[in-house]
Amino acid sequence: MNQTLSVLDPTSEDRSPEIQLSERIKSIEGSIIGLLDISKPRGDVFLNQLEKRLTEHGATVLRFMKPTFTKPAPVDLRYEISSKCDAVIEALAD
Amino acid sequence: MAKHADGYELNDGISVVVNSECPTCQLTSDLLVELGTNGHVKIFSQDDPSFPTSAEWVHDDSELSFSWHNDIEAVPTLIRVVNGKEVERLVGWNRKEWERLLEIENLAPGLVDHKPGCGSLSVSPDRVDELEIKFEGRTFISRQVEIASLEDEMEAMHDRGWSDGMPVVPPTESRVKRMLAGTSRNSDDIVAIIPPNLAECSVEKVAINAVMAGCLPEYLPVVIACLEAICTDEFNMHGVLATTMSVGPIFVVSGPIAERLGMNSGINVLGHGNRANSTIGRAVQLVLKNVGGGAPGGIDRATLGHMGKQGFCFAEAPSPWENLAEGFGFSSEQNTVTAFTGEGPRILVDQKSRSPESLTRSLADGLKSTISTRMVLGMDAMLVISPEHLSRFIDAGWSRSQFIEKLTELLMIDSDEIIEGAGGIEDGIPSTFGGNQLPKFRPGGLLVVHAGGPAGLFSAIIGGWLNGTKGSDPVTKEITL
Repeated sequence: MNQTLSVLDPTSEDRSPEIQLSERIKSIEGSIIGLLDISKPRGDVFLNQLEKRLTEHGATVLRFMKPTFTKPAPVDLRYEISSKCDAVIEALAD
Repeated sequence: MAKHADGYELNDGISVVVNSECPTCQLTSDLLVELGTNGHVKIFSQDDPSFPTSAEWVHDDSELSFSWHNDIEAVPTLIRVVNGKEVERLVGWNRKEWERLLEIENLAPGLVDHKPGCGSLSVSPDRVDELEIKFEGRTFISRQVEIASLEDEMEAMHDRGWSDGMPVVPPTESRVKRMLAGTSRNSDDIVAIIPPNLAECSVEKVAINAVMAGCLPEYLPVVIACLEAICTDEFNMHGVLATTMSVGPIFVVSGPIAERLGMNSGINVLGHGNRANSTIGRAVQLVLKNVGGGAPGGIDRATLGHMGKQGFCFAEAPSPWENLAEGFGFSSEQNTVTAFTGEGPRILVDQKSRSPESLTRSLADGLKSTISTRMVLGMDAMLVISPEHLSRFIDAGWSRSQFIEKLTELLMIDSDEIIEGAGGIEDGIPSTFGGNQLPKFRPGGLLVVHAGGPAGLFSAIIGGWLNGTKGSDPVTKEITL
């Protein structure tokens, strides 16, 4: 008779809670859009350009910066962005 | 026909546990048949229900239930029970003792006076874990995953995403149980919170992944110490994992445990071929991936990566110099793991220097190109110095700190040569830093380790990653058994 093999699960077995996505913005015009610089060289070049384009389309732009690109953004910063902005764009760079 | 030994409770009278392959049981088999036939004893046979004969007083204990529950350690064992309580137990053959217990004289006069018994199957090392699970119940928290009989278990584990690309050892309950015997810690103790998913990781989960990596149980405390080292704010494993730079955690084991585990600190020390070196680092990487969720191409964004990310762990070789851990405030007698974020190793060749001054200059030249000739202060490095290179310094009476001091002096960089645009290269430090002498490494940023084979005038450099609070600092942890 063939025998089944039983092994132990090596994973964390955590199930990610389902996260409700925030409502998407309907238009850029009139929205408050956060731009998050992760502190990589020349991230500002990219974000300055984005700010210019977004402002031309009628958005209000707020700028944020992570203390270092090597670590996740501090929780206070994440809260500040979520409470002040309708949308956020995070820029990688180099 | 033999009756199955369903009940393991002891009944009044004398019970004898035997095994057909035990020479002492074979020696006494005629006597046992006589005693059984005359109603003096009941027999519990561990492997063959027709041994010493087929009879209703011979009970089949091939499930080892009776033996397990009555703590039988050897065969033959005689147990005398009065009013439901065990009053005496004998092990092996000893005529006088048997005569006294059985209250019968002149037992088997043709046999030798005494003969020791054999180990019971219920304590045989290859059965005991399986029996413990069977009789003491399931002790694991982790989910059991059944692999169908027609499935190839190696493929099934790979398909579930549990491997690092190489085959993994199936983590069966008995293997994991044996692995857990390698530590005194409880299996439900939390070792660390594993990034990037910040998952709590129990000793049991570490043990499962250590089995898969091919570790022996005695390596488990080292794997645990490695995880304790990297899952700290200082080491910043999340960043090390997520960075596009091609670095990973590298572990150096210092102290007497390295030799006890048979770790390699000699020939091919940074290569393959030694079980402990190869599997300890691999177990850590499997935990990061399976428990922490840090899979290559997922949160692991390395542009290139390096082969050491399969697992990179080696032992420091003893030397007259203080070891790496002593540099971090531990003693040479303490067993420690130092975790360092690094790229793959690259050799530095110098086959002609005979004086320590010349060799130091030569090594300094090589070290200037660590990561990039334009990079100063921001990244650490590990210098693995080989025995033949080390002997240049030992012979001249140089200490480790003296060597590092000389090296540091030689590693002052003229900032004008590395500012943006210098030499027609756009990369570099901001031009405002021009006109300075800058150290290549921050103080303490060059980690010197002695290891390698006895012949060969080579050392190795392992470049690091961003250091300090904006990156990763080396972390040393003591290995606790």
